[in-house]
Amino acid sequence: MVDELTDVLISKHHPMDKLLRQDRLPHIWCSGCGLGTVLTCFVSALEKLDLDMDQVVVVSGIGCTGRAAGYLNLDGFHTTHGRAIPFATGLKLGNPELKVVVISGDGDLMAIGGNHFIHAARRNMDLTVICVNNFNYGMTSGQLAPTTPTNARTSTSPYGNAEHPFNVPYLAAATGATYVARWTVLHVRRLERSIIEAMNKRGFSVVEVISPCPTYYGRWNKMGSALEQMKYYHDKSTIRHWSDPAQADIGLEGQIIVGRFVDIDKPTFCDLLQGADQ
Amino acid sequence: MGRRRVSNNGILQGSFFMDGDTACAEGAICAGCRFFGGYPITPATEIAERMARRLPQVGGTYIQMEDEIASISAVLGASWAGTRAMTATSGPGFSLMMENLGLGIITETPCVLVNVQRGGPSTGMPTLVGQGDMMQARWGSHGPYETIALSPGSPQELFDLTIRAFNLAEKYRTPVLVMTDEAVGHMTERVVIPPLEEIEYYARRKPQVPPNGYLPYRPDPDGVPPMACAGEGYRIHVTGLTHNEKGYPDTVSVETQQKLVERLIRKIRANQDDIIELREDQVEEADVVVVAYGISARTAARPVRMAREMGLKVGLLKLVTVWPFAEERIRELAPKVEGFVVPEINMGQIAQEVERCAGGQAQTILVPHAGGGLHHPNDVLEAIKRVTSPQSTSAETSP
Ligand SMILES: Cc1ncc(C[n+]2csc(CCOP(=O)(O)OP(=O)(O)O)c2C)c(N)n1
Ligand code: SF4
Ligand SMILES: [Mg+2]
Repeated sequence: MVDELTDVLISKHHPMDKLLRQDRLPHIWCSGCGLGTVLTCFVSALEKLDLDMDQVVVVSGIGCTGRAAGYLNLDGFHTTHGRAIPFATGLKLGNPELKVVVISGDGDLMAIGGNHFIHAARRNMDLTVICVNNFNYGMTSGQLAPTTPTNARTSTSPYGNAEHPFNVPYLAAATGATYVARWTVLHVRRLERSIIEAMNKRGFSVVEVISPCPTYYGRWNKMGSALEQMKYYHDKSTIRHWSDPAQADIGLEGQIIVGRFVDIDKPTFCDLLQGADQ
Repeated sequence: MGRRRVSNNGILQGSFFMDGDTACAEGAICAGCRFFGGYPITPATEIAERMARRLPQVGGTYIQMEDEIASISAVLGASWAGTRAMTATSGPGFSLMMENLGLGIITETPCVLVNVQRGGPSTGMPTLVGQGDMMQARWGSHGPYETIALSPGSPQELFDLTIRAFNLAEKYRTPVLVMTDEAVGHMTERVVIPPLEEIEYYARRKPQVPPNGYLPYRPDPDGVPPMACAGEGYRIHVTGLTHNEKGYPDTVSVETQQKLVERLIRKIRANQDDIIELREDQVEEADVVVVAYGISARTAARPVRMAREMGLKVGLLKLVTVWPFAEERIRELAPKVEGFVVPEINMGQIAQEVERCAGGQAQTILVPHAGGGLHHPNDVLEAIKRVTSPQSTSAETSP
């Protein structure tokens, strides 16, 4: 009787089983890392999207975030550091029926891959980019990233960062993205909704996710436990939809402006290519 | 060969007067290439320009990427979408492509990379000929691997070998390099394009099992795994990390690494007989064999003829396939000849391979050229004469 009840009450299958590679779990991420939440939000967004999952492809670069492609039970490509976007561009142009999503880290997309990011945005390539910003290079143990706030400490800015960081939504909007949003990992519903909107968008759509790296960035900047870091980002957040992303810089302290910043329509690369053929 | 024409599918057929770069693009189109990602660079730009004009006419896609790293990345992506894809570049761009050439090798991605070599190092001599990237073609990406590189010596060969490169890429699931040079790329000659039905087409090997029984990196007996692409329902995972047959990363197992690397090398070396193409002219009865490739094999024909007129027994061995190297053939010839003469437009790259394979049984004389021009026939002739004269020593360079 108890056994029967347990069977009813405790599912032997996780509801997301179908979209995760069971044989790849447990994942390599540290406990308390925000990446698990990002993956969960992505999977629940997929479940709500009316898409043929055989046509959804995830491309990652290299980094902790870059491992996301390997845990999803979709066609997935784990490429080289910084090159997820041009690889994804080839996939999309090789087979325009594919729904191509890039999931990668702030270092991967903004530093070594920064040139590809701005040019894919400029072309309005029909891709969705989920940029997980943990303000540092997690995979290589916490070095400075182009998103590290000024004065923040990392293993390669031990006296405080002397650089100005990129503001991802501002860069995306300025270079041509047609959908731009930013959330923290604790904004799960809103993040999920933005992923859905981004994937439904025809054009270059960008969702930045502010995510804790308790192991490195959190420790270097004395942000407390993983949960405290997560809560800190959430508490500092101010939702300001459709505000000017130029005002959304992130400092070491102070507020983090989140929300949907851009949602516009313009022809994609493929639209213009087709027009040119006629 | 009848009149030239464009059939209604947009494919050319007939006899044309075209430069090597154009012939390369037309070869790619005949081979079924329908994606080109590139970045302009002399002397390869004409390939991109021709593809930009031609691909839309045959239902393909051209994109000018932001740099050569992006170009090769997009080519790999397009191949995984099921398309035949290529890029073309020269020295500086070739250097930028090296990291993702390795990604193509470890993920076993069929594609073609053309290098129209110019004088180097660095920006070097953009408009003039060079053959200085031959070792980079072999070893330019990090880690242990084997590669396939072809070396055409005329526009017609550039056309033919571009087609062959696509077929070898599909057959052995690997990027194939077409190592041509400025002289061939910019030379205008007659190029005959046969009817499409007569052109070999090696179709991509697809899995014969349903998705749940498919292991993306389990090879067929020849070492090559059948390839499922994105969007075909196989839910593949493809990574540049060391991976097992499932395609899953296994980055701490020496056995997995060994098995993978050995197979990547074996699938090419074990099929050398199919891959290596040589052209021999009076090699069997020769005392001296000139070993050359690309434009240097063509310019070597004259000094070889001059030497024969002087009564010397000289053969010409042309390496149409440069990598994998024709080791067996050189080993076989070494005890039978007095020496090898290797003219190349660099300061000694393939000559070192010849010397290695000759194993001290015959001398090897390099005829170097720093780049920017072709060998003077007398330089090669002098080297041939030195082999046959008694006071000659091994592995010396001519002035
Ligand atoms: C060409 C190259 N340079 C450097 C590295 C080393 N590397 C691996 S991941 C990484 C940074 C990752 O940072 P990010 O993209 O922010 O991902 P995270 O780990 O923080 O999720 C670096 C520098 C590499 N793999 N390839
Ligand atoms: S190092 Fe940081 S980003 Fe990487 S898994 Fe650990 S907590 Fe997450
Ligand atoms: Mg990061």
